[in-house]
Amino acid sequence: MTNQEYEKMVESYTKNSPIWSDCLKAFLVGGAVCIIGEGLRHFFLSRGLSDTLAASSVSISLILLAAILTAFGVFEKIAKFAGAGTLVPITGFSNSVVSPAMEYRTEGWVTGVGAKMFIVAGPVIVYGTGASIIAGLIYYLFLR
Amino acid sequence: MQTLGRGTIRFNKPPRIEAYASVVGKKEGEGPLGECFDKIEPDEYVGESNWEKAESRLQNEAITLCLQKGSVSSQEVDAATGGDLLNQCVATSFAVRDMNIPFLGVFGACSTMAEGLIAASALLDGGYGSHIIASAGSHFCSAEKQFRTPLEYGSQRPPSAQWTVTGAGAVLLGFNGKIGVSAATIGAIVDKGITDANHMGSAMAPAFADTIENHFKNIAAGPQDYDAIFSGDLGVIGKELTRELLRQNGICLENNYHDCGEMMFDREKQDVHAGGSGCGCAASVLCSYVLPRLDSGEWKRVLFAATGALLSPTTVLQGESIPCIAHAVELVHMD
Repeated sequence: MTNQEYEKMVESYTKNSPIWSDCLKAFLVGGAVCIIGEGLRHFFLSRGLSDTLAASSVSISLILLAAILTAFGVFEKIAKFAGAGTLVPITGFSNSVVSPAMEYRTEGWVTGVGAKMFIVAGPVIVYGTGASIIAGLIYYLFLR
Repeated sequence: MQTLGRGTIRFNKPPRIEAYASVVGKKEGEGPLGECFDKIEPDEYVGESNWEKAESRLQNEAITLCLQKGSVSSQEVDAATGGDLLNQCVATSFAVRDMNIPFLGVFGACSTMAEGLIAASALLDGGYGSHIIASAGSHFCSAEKQFRTPLEYGSQRPPSAQWTVTGAGAVLLGFNGKIGVSAATIGAIVDKGITDANHMGSAMAPAFADTIENHFKNIAAGPQDYDAIFSGDLGVIGKELTRELLRQNGICLENNYHDCGEMMFDREKQDVHAGGSGCGCAASVLCSYVLPRLDSGEWKRVLFAATGALLSPTTVLQGESIPCIAHAVELVHMD
């Protein structure tokens, strides 16, 4: 049996992830995260913060909330249900930094927590920053 | 000791299994085999400060318990063969570091228990020593940390993924006891091009099929000659693929074929997807479910073939396919 034939055989024996129910769960939980964010924004605006400051405060609050939920082992359970619903919002970013920081604590504050904190989120930071520089250059050179 | 064919050894004076012990974690203890294990550790840290130490402690406990059951002190043991999944096999080395036993660390990924048994049996049959202990273990948390993502990282697993067993098994070999290691087949590496580390069962199934086919041929036996045939941790998908692969080669595995990974958990209730995996899976099922039935004489002849995926996190990231292996050990009830 060739490798290609075997691959086909494996495919025929493998169940795919339930994509529609996964999408629905992601939509509901992701939507709920956004509703919480919007609620927080209105709260900050009502306390007299400017639009920009209120938006930043929402991000900071959601990061804090996700970090606390990660620390107490709750985030992982919600994410298992929600999938992209918690991964895509800023909550996913927070979890991806806090979880390795917790995991590698046993390897020291510098070589463990410090060095490995960005083991998951590192690529997001690298390519996110890179993409924003490219977008900025395009804006500066052609659209300004 | 006699070579029956390429890879297959017949032991002329079958080394005997004098004692065996298994220690598992809480989730494994809540599974269908819960009552079979010698000890269930409710604390996932096993009283230690990190996952690596916890895994080491599990294997240390299994070895210590096994020696107690065999009424043999560590100073009477002539060698230990053992291994695990952690880098440099530290869980096993640290488990035996204070025991002062001549030690051979072995690595065959999840096939380690069978590999260690073969090495130990060959040493005894070749005239070395009178007691050798073979062990293997794994821990869900240390395996997740090394091979996947941090434990608290929120992600979903595909249905083909397997759950690394928190557990360890140890077998004391010598010249007394009712179970003999009559033959063994050392597997060759088989790689059918599977690259998905969340699909280990399908990567390992061809290796298992290859080894037991070779074993049957060399020993002139078939599946019907055994009371039970065990694969290590193929899971439900790998098990079905194995049946199909062997069926195409004219070998039909009936109801006497079981997979340790499938048996370990209740897949409906325990959310483990395709089943259990890890060195500790085959090792703890062997020492809790298989050996007692051979000991009592309920089973007379069993083929135990643990399977291993010989990958590392680096090779997966480099896009390499997964080389796999299976080693078969034939166990018989001896009066």
